[in-house]
Amino acid sequence: MHRFANPARFLRMAAAVLPWSAALTVGCLGAGLWFALFDSPADYQQGETVRIMYVHVPAAWMALFVYTNLAIASAVALVWKHPLADLAARAMAPIGAAFTALSLITGSLWGQPMWGTWWVWDARLTSVLILFFLYLGHIALANAFDDPTRGNRAAAILALVGAVNVPIIKFSVDWWNTLHQPASIVRIGGPTIDSSMLTPLLLMAFGFTFYFVSVLILRIRAEILARKLRTLRFAQGEATA
Amino acid sequence: MTRKRRRLYFLGLFMLGLGTATALALVAFQDNLVFFYSPSDIVTKQPAPERSLRIGGLVEEGSVERGGAAAGKRVEVRFRVTDLQHTVPVVFSGILPDLFREGQGVVALGKLGPDGVFRASEVLAKHDENYMPPEVAEALKRSGRWNETGGQRK
Repeated sequence: MHRFANPARFLRMAAAVLPWSAALTVGCLGAGLWFALFDSPADYQQGETVRIMYVHVPAAWMALFVYTNLAIASAVALVWKHPLADLAARAMAPIGAAFTALSLITGSLWGQPMWGTWWVWDARLTSVLILFFLYLGHIALANAFDDPTRGNRAAAILALVGAVNVPIIKFSVDWWNTLHQPASIVRIGGPTIDSSMLTPLLLMAFGFTFYFVSVLILRIRAEILARKLRTLRFAQGEATA
Repeated sequence: MTRKRRRLYFLGLFMLGLGTATALALVAFQDNLVFFYSPSDIVTKQPAPERSLRIGGLVEEGSVERGGAAAGKRVEVRFRVTDLQHTVPVVFSGILPDLFREGQGVVALGKLGPDGVFRASEVLAKHDENYMPPEVAEALKRSGRWNETGGQRK
């Protein structure tokens, strides 16, 4: 892990990974959307509305996956003070917030025709809404200080405190009764989804993951450049003063 | 002990404490975190009448009765909600979700009357975690591997 903490080494690796992850994003999302919208069956119960699942479920998985990464990056930043970990956390939060917003919006659009309501305050929906606020809080806190290192530190502590919400979201549908259905894929006893629907769902999930990797690389790169610029400006200001 | 190691242990302890505190809080608020009560909860806990609450369960097979549409009034629907141990009769007048049918999971918001009838002001459909094309559902029903009460694959 310590090997990747070097920004120069990271930039070299990122340059090698980016074309592949970008190509895989386009490939997986293209194939996934084709299967999801045209070449997969309607559900026996929900009919054509089930196609919202192919965006909603991967977005919700990514919301949790990105937050888990954010918490790990924050822990690494606090314990080992790797400069790249702070930058990664800063770069990740808006992507995670976007995935969370996407899962909330698609979930609402799915809830209205199936459940008969846009929103209910059940344990799953409420805990995901809290996750969205945690992301927004992280973004706000990281940028709330003139000194970015103080912002990073405060935001990292918030990210770690919020990490308790991740298992709560995952198991909310098992611990309490909710309007939201229990897990269909990651559950004891195997998936309860037909393989003709599982294939497009997994393709979309891989597409979302490669999209995350690609955008994360671009954003960390931008953060590294922004920091270099700051240091240069600072040095110039010192020189002229 | 290096400073890094000390910070790591401190962080581990912090997360452990936070996790324990959260777990205790969630267990303490267990009753407030459930979205609905099952018919068995209603029978055992005897909620105060005229208190707004939600009940959830399956619409009992053969229990749905649709009243005639009187002039200017909405159609009244009567059905029973069951968890296969106890049942609660429900009356509702309003628009039912598309998924509403016998054997389907529902969550109803309303008040339990003194006569034991639940007067619902809102009925939501709850679907389960099974996804399959209609042909597969048909095949499962034909081969007798269909569990009608939950629609679950066995």
